[in-house]
Amino acid sequence: MNLQETYTSLGLSDLEYDRILELLGRAPNYLELSLFSVMWSEHCGYKNSRPLLGRFPKEGARVLQGPGENAGVIEVGEGWALAFKMESHNHPSAVEPYEGAATGVGGIIRDVLAMGARPVALLNSLRFGPLESERNRYLFREVVRGIGGYGNAVGVPTVGGEVEFAPAYSGNPLVNAMCVGLIRSDDVVRARAEVGEGNLVVLFGSKTGRDGIHGATFASDELNEGSEEKRPNVQVGDPFAGKMLIECSLKLLERGLLVALQDLGAAGIASSASEMAAKGGVGIEIDAGLVPLREAGMEPWEVVISESQERMLAVVEPEKADEVLKIAERYELVAAIVGRVADHGELRVLHEGEQIGSVPAEHLADAPVYERDLVEPAYFEEARKLDLSEIPRPEDYETALLTMLAHPNLCSRRSVYEQYDSEVGADTVVRPGADAAVMRIKGTKIGFAVATDCRGRHCYLDPRGGGAAAVAEAYRNLSCVGAEPVALTDCLNFGSPEKPDAYYQLAECVEGMAQACEVFGTPVVSGNVSLYNETELGAIFPTPTVGMVGVLEDAGRHAKPGLQREGDALVLVGDFRPSLAGSEYLEIVHGRISGAPRKPDLQVEKAVSDAVREAIAAGIVETAHDLSGGGLAVALAEMAISGGIGAEARLLPGGRQDVALFGEAGGCILVAVPEGRLGELEEALGGVRHSAIGRTGGDRLVVAGLLDVGLDELRTAHERDLFERHAPEGGHFG
Amino acid sequence: MRIGVTVFPGSNCDRDALYAVERAGATPVELWHADADLKGVDAVVVPGGFSYGDYLRPGAIARFAKVMGPLEDFARSGGPVLGVCNGFQVLLEAHLLPGALLRNASMRFVSRRVRARVEANDTPWTSLYERGEELTLPVAHNEGSYFADERTLRGLEEEGRVVLRYVENPNGSVNDIAGICDEGRSVVGLMPHPERVSDPALGSEAGLKVFESVLRFAGAKV
Repeated sequence: MNLQETYTSLGLSDLEYDRILELLGRAPNYLELSLFSVMWSEHCGYKNSRPLLGRFPKEGARVLQGPGENAGVIEVGEGWALAFKMESHNHPSAVEPYEGAATGVGGIIRDVLAMGARPVALLNSLRFGPLESERNRYLFREVVRGIGGYGNAVGVPTVGGEVEFAPAYSGNPLVNAMCVGLIRSDDVVRARAEVGEGNLVVLFGSKTGRDGIHGATFASDELNEGSEEKRPNVQVGDPFAGKMLIECSLKLLERGLLVALQDLGAAGIASSASEMAAKGGVGIEIDAGLVPLREAGMEPWEVVISESQERMLAVVEPEKADEVLKIAERYELVAAIVGRVADHGELRVLHEGEQIGSVPAEHLADAPVYERDLVEPAYFEEARKLDLSEIPRPEDYETALLTMLAHPNLCSRRSVYEQYDSEVGADTVVRPGADAAVMRIKGTKIGFAVATDCRGRHCYLDPRGGGAAAVAEAYRNLSCVGAEPVALTDCLNFGSPEKPDAYYQLAECVEGMAQACEVFGTPVVSGNVSLYNETELGAIFPTPTVGMVGVLEDAGRHAKPGLQREGDALVLVGDFRPSLAGSEYLEIVHGRISGAPRKPDLQVEKAVSDAVREAIAAGIVETAHDLSGGGLAVALAEMAISGGIGAEARLLPGGRQDVALFGEAGGCILVAVPEGRLGELEEALGGVRHSAIGRTGGDRLVVAGLLDVGLDELRTAHERDLFERHAPEGGHFG
Repeated sequence: MRIGVTVFPGSNCDRDALYAVERAGATPVELWHADADLKGVDAVVVPGGFSYGDYLRPGAIARFAKVMGPLEDFARSGGPVLGVCNGFQVLLEAHLLPGALLRNASMRFVSRRVRARVEANDTPWTSLYERGEELTLPVAHNEGSYFADERTLRGLEEEGRVVLRYVENPNGSVNDIAGICDEGRSVVGLMPHPERVSDPALGSEAGLKVFESVLRFAGAKV
């Protein structure tokens, strides 16, 4: 391999190589080139997305830590804080779905752990191609098993998430994992190597092997037929070691033995050490020969960029090192002093005392930045066309509803979430199946809620509107359980930024999200970017997944979607202006993905969500559910099925009936309250538009003149097993 | 009254069990796997989780932990011991209870609320329940399908040693068995998690009486 082939194979461009020459003032050796390759990958260096991410609001009264650390942190009250982050593991999951998903969960847990927080909740946002394809069924089944296999064993409950299917994700599934950790506000640890030459660097956790070499570079490339050959680039997870790592890290922090703590993720020791050094303004020396190895004959460069899982790097004062090693041993982990903090500002790699590579840490942390021109995609014109006169009304509304309820995008997620332990930790107040999960904080009345959201199809048809709608939906979902939304993390999944369409989608989605964040007062405190989600068939739908966290002053005052009593009044809160553009109905019943979705009215969105949340906090509302995919009819059906109680509703006058039943509208929430409390509800809603549309009761869902379906029939359609077409396979335990 | 909760590497319901014990009014005591010492507790809970990663077979490695020596002596001398989920698996591997727990019939991990009926209330862990009382309890396991040979099964049924029986069987257990006890009736294994429904803040206290029962049992003994 000549020089150009070498750096190209590591994912570096000619331009980037020239810049390395300029920065170093000499030619890099292979180890140094590898360091740049991983640290300047999109996954670590954000070289395409950084200029755009600056658009996000990052400040807020409750924000203790914004972006730039292992996880964002917000204050929730009574001295407690939450650390949270979402991260993608798309490419590893595309080639090795079980381990790819499992290590995605393990990795995000360690990010939160590195802030000093105990991981207390996991969520995941998944996208696959249609289940008609055997490959997609395999990916779906194994990803779900991988998430459960790791999360269940590591003892952190998986409390929520979402899954959607669309052809755009065939061959390039999305696996976004989110973790929330609980920590005392005073104890937030930052991954900063305190200046103090002579402090020691301790590596603890599992031994280091050859797994995941150049994984970050792989994650920042397009998928193609050769990707299968990169299976050895995928790491292997060990949730048992992950569990020990959690307990050990928390014990070390509790005893005050650590100066700084950093997880090892993409690019392993090299990345963690250089991030620590760059942030602390110090140098770090790592002796690869001191790293405990799992296999013989590893090259020093392999040792420092290996992505072996379940490892953490800590900076420790010399006199405390022995105790750190002793505690690691108690938790059956391997620990070793592998380096020291120095004042030369460089990341130096040694092998048995001899220097084999040296790069100023600030250069590694300073990936080149690419700003590109925005060109509106040509596909918009055709895709946004929608002439309602071409869309026939369904002959039978009941069949249409049952077809939609049984569709993989709208049916019950029970067959997925029942594979996840959602209750370990004994803090889960509202379990999966609601609009958001609610967790309590022991010893207080406080709760927190968390949800993930994104509609890729909406973002495809209108990136700016879809980005805003993703934030709005998360805001609405948290409000529906009674939580005050505080801040969010995101995972920006897009195609190649080197192609104009994907770059435009990225820029516009970010703009839409940023505008929504500003209106809602919910800053972005952490996040992750996953670009190059492309196969030979093209790019995925733009999918900027939002993971939002909110606070409940009283975890007991929450609402759920299931109808709870007969005779409750059903009230639709919001400005109900349904549209078929980009709707599930249009795709499922009419086989079309088209139309220009209405721009979200962010002020109205906020007013509606805030009003419902206040009614829940006041104890007036205990049943609430937002209108989302499938519109009013599907929302009503979900509330009836979930509560085991029927309902009778009437449509508001005007417009086409299929649009009213199945059309989608942002900013609308259905609530149910006892008749006697209608007055209180109206007062609580103030000026927010609302209308009483029916009543709960019986065992059928009735919409006058259009629908009259038994609950059993609805349930049979909705409660389908998403894995029914293939027998689960054995293999991994846990 | 002091109730111990064993902590193996990979236990993950230990903190939940300690919390439930405290809510029931007892003093929770952590029993570290590597210490052959029960610290003078009056009863022991072996909690759920994935001890030693469930590697080899759930519970197969944990049974050789140092804490198991005194725990087995304690159990054989009539001390109340409760194994929940992975703890049940550990007690089976240690031959303190008969039978085995196999992979769920669905071949999937199953996490849901199930209805189950209390079949025996003459154990230290179920005395405050009515016989025939139906409870809604969480299960979360991969290997929860109880199995025993016919003679053992007949013995369990005839001696009234099936403590808890599923009304909705989530895993294919024979005879819908969700929990059993030993011949002395003080060692109980349950697949559902009572510690997760021991706090009204989580919507149910259906499991709290498990811990209150043993409290009363130990109190009566003193």
